[in-house]
Amino acid sequence: MGINVKVGCYHCGQDCGLNTLVLGEKNFCCKGCLSVYQILNENDLCTYYDLNHTPGLRQDEAARSDKYLFLDSPEISAQIIQFQNGNRTHVSFYIPQIHCSSCLWLLEKLNTLIKGVLSTRVNFATKEVLVIFDPLQCSLRQLVETLDAIGYAPHLSLHELSHQKLPSVNKSLIYKLGVAGFAFANIMMMSIAQYFGKGAGMESSIFKALTYISLVVSLPVVFYSASEFYNSAFQSLKKKYINIDLPISIAILITFLRSLVEIYLQQGSGYLDSMAGIVFFMLIGRWAQSKTSTIIHFDRDFNSFFPIALNVIKSDTQVATPISKVKKNDIFQIYNNEFIPLDAMLSKGEAMIDYSFVSGESLPVKVKIGEIIYAGGRQTGEKIELVAIKEFSQNYITNLWNHSVFNRKKSEGKDTYDTIANYFTATVLVIGVIAGFYWYSQSEMHKMWNSITTVLIVACPCALLLSKQFTYGNVLRLFNNLKLYLRSSDVIYDLSKINSIVLDKTGTITEKQFTVKYHGATLTQDVKINLVSLFSQSSHPYSRAIIEFLSIRNSKSILNFKEIVGSGIEAWIDDQYYKLGSPSFVGHQFDQKFLKGSIVCVIIDQESIGHFQLETAIREFFPELVHKLKSSFKLHILSGDHSKSAEKIQLLFGENVPVLLEQKPEDKLKYIKQLQEEKDQNVAMIGDGLNDAAALMQSEVGIALVEGNNSFTPKCDAVLEAGSLQYLPYFIKMSGTAKKIIVAVFAFAVIYNIVGLYFAVIGELEPVIAAILMPLSSLTIIFLTYVLSNIMSSHYLKSYPSKSI
Amino acid sequence: MSVIIILLVVSILIAGSFLIAFLWSVKDGQFDDHFSSSQRMLFDDKKSLNKKN
Repeated sequence: MGINVKVGCYHCGQDCGLNTLVLGEKNFCCKGCLSVYQILNENDLCTYYDLNHTPGLRQDEAARSDKYLFLDSPEISAQIIQFQNGNRTHVSFYIPQIHCSSCLWLLEKLNTLIKGVLSTRVNFATKEVLVIFDPLQCSLRQLVETLDAIGYAPHLSLHELSHQKLPSVNKSLIYKLGVAGFAFANIMMMSIAQYFGKGAGMESSIFKALTYISLVVSLPVVFYSASEFYNSAFQSLKKKYINIDLPISIAILITFLRSLVEIYLQQGSGYLDSMAGIVFFMLIGRWAQSKTSTIIHFDRDFNSFFPIALNVIKSDTQVATPISKVKKNDIFQIYNNEFIPLDAMLSKGEAMIDYSFVSGESLPVKVKIGEIIYAGGRQTGEKIELVAIKEFSQNYITNLWNHSVFNRKKSEGKDTYDTIANYFTATVLVIGVIAGFYWYSQSEMHKMWNSITTVLIVACPCALLLSKQFTYGNVLRLFNNLKLYLRSSDVIYDLSKINSIVLDKTGTITEKQFTVKYHGATLTQDVKINLVSLFSQSSHPYSRAIIEFLSIRNSKSILNFKEIVGSGIEAWIDDQYYKLGSPSFVGHQFDQKFLKGSIVCVIIDQESIGHFQLETAIREFFPELVHKLKSSFKLHILSGDHSKSAEKIQLLFGENVPVLLEQKPEDKLKYIKQLQEEKDQNVAMIGDGLNDAAALMQSEVGIALVEGNNSFTPKCDAVLEAGSLQYLPYFIKMSGTAKKIIVAVFAFAVIYNIVGLYFAVIGELEPVIAAILMPLSSLTIIFLTYVLSNIMSSHYLKSYPSKSI
Repeated sequence: MSVIIILLVVSILIAGSFLIAFLWSVKDGQFDDHFSSSQRMLFDDKKSLNKKN
């Protein structure tokens, strides 16, 4: 053999192995990548490769020709198309492959590739592409097929159809914030002039003019920006409970009315600057708290995972039919790696169904003709034909999803802070009333009104709200840096109360991929090629893992190939008889101590060459993580698997941790319910598949693990990058600390309030003091929460291996 | 001294026009996607790059 020089694919950058396809001076790893290059080269779009080095993603094979048949059906395409008017059709696709500037460039040059495309616009943040095309010149199907051919297949699913636009960032909040900021800055400018001008002999006409201008500028704040608080207060009153926005709304309105009275009576310029300041700072807080990631979808249900339509065979022709319209006894086709969306019976072909999505079991199950395949399974291998036995709405997985758990609403947003705030408001009111009575008994009517209103103005619970919003906002940001994305800031509060952690096994504790080791005689390049040729005939996950391990993409023709499912394969190749498979299959005795993980033996012409050892490795940080978690939380392991690795898990977690195997989705749900109801635990569930979805919803905090950013997550409270699971103790600890920071900062702010209250009660709160106190206390709160949470965070992170982010 | 009032009104009007510009840009989606716009302006239609192929 020649020297094995590693050659990277010009399109995707992966190692080409021996199977390099060469075109010009460029190497490609597979036909798929080559064909993308050819398309781009023909159309003079090779700038794609100049902008970034190897910008593509591995293609393997081109899409089959009838994959997008369903897009020709007007019924389905009407659901996808956003807007149509004569020769302009607008359609928006979600393309998860978008990752670099080359993608951006190529997708926006789509018009050179397809005739009829008028314009394309990429939104990089949401990975969405808006395409405007002329339906007379190109069809929707052609458009999607071209996108697929260049490696940007749009994600088309029922879910994306039903919710066309996700409400990304609440823009009205930003408008309100902008208006409040503008008003606050301008009013402040005039107020400062008034404070200092008053003593220095400012003309009264100018003083008055400044006051009126301030009043005009403050109007949009009162009537527009602050509506954020009025609405929320009004909503809570309707539901018959008091939330923190009610006292704030009262304070804003009283400040404004009091200022109006003062201006009317020509006593001064009022507290308009304070009012605009309160609204401005609190809107910033609200904005910081609402800044959750827009890329991550937290509300995916099973519909996102299923295809939109099936190719139903009716009198020898294929008809694309929307899933909901597939009837009982319809015959449909499913290809390799596609999901089976409804319960069906196998009628043709060899089915190896991977149910990992539903049950968590990672090994595919062989299904014979006439047997039933349940919805949620994924075919691995050849094309199969199935007969539907239930309609889509009645199948197992849809039913599971309609379980009441998914309709339950989590944390209404009412927490301890609201309660504290209510007490605080009540106390302030009492103080105000007492002060009022005192001045009334002294018959000082002016001072009475003065003290009642200023007490309310100074001591509104804004400090509490601000400390909560800014702390949560900063904690969200810190968590995002470590790749934990929360659905909303309320999850921080839930996370701080966790005392039980339930872990899924496959994909959570263990890695998804097998680690392969080879023991035995050195494999020559020829043998390697033979092995790859053999293993590539089998769709068993072990075979695929070994092919990946050998990293060769060459294959030869094979004679008499035979696969005994669950045991191994045998065949003739190069006049040699190969037998590959489990020790019992090849008839080989093994020393027990080697039997760790799964073994695939290699026998050539009756002679044992060696064996591959496959293990689903436990994530390397787990021993350390278990050690940290065990001291403060109760751990539970639930797994859909019934594999032998249970012992290894038990060993890792110690004897006191329950490890439950063969758990169906309902079992997991029940187990968590039991923990919550009988043992009064607050549960955090960590899982990855759709099989964990119900459990994720039932738990107080459901965390979905993802690997890479293209993964799809079920409905959950938080999405965590798998590698960051090691930071779990930090996340929980930090959430608890966030609570303490809020209280500490709040206590600090109360000091300001007491000073303010003192002046207010004696009825002599000068506008100057109010104007200085209010923004100063807000700024101090913002500063303190930021500094405290950052210090605590980096303190906690010291015990973790440093990671450059 | 009344000139100061005129100056004040003018300055608020200028500040107001910036506010409108800000609101407009938010509405237009300028802050939705930080990556695309910054990259898009760097793309240029030079055909010469393909000559080396």
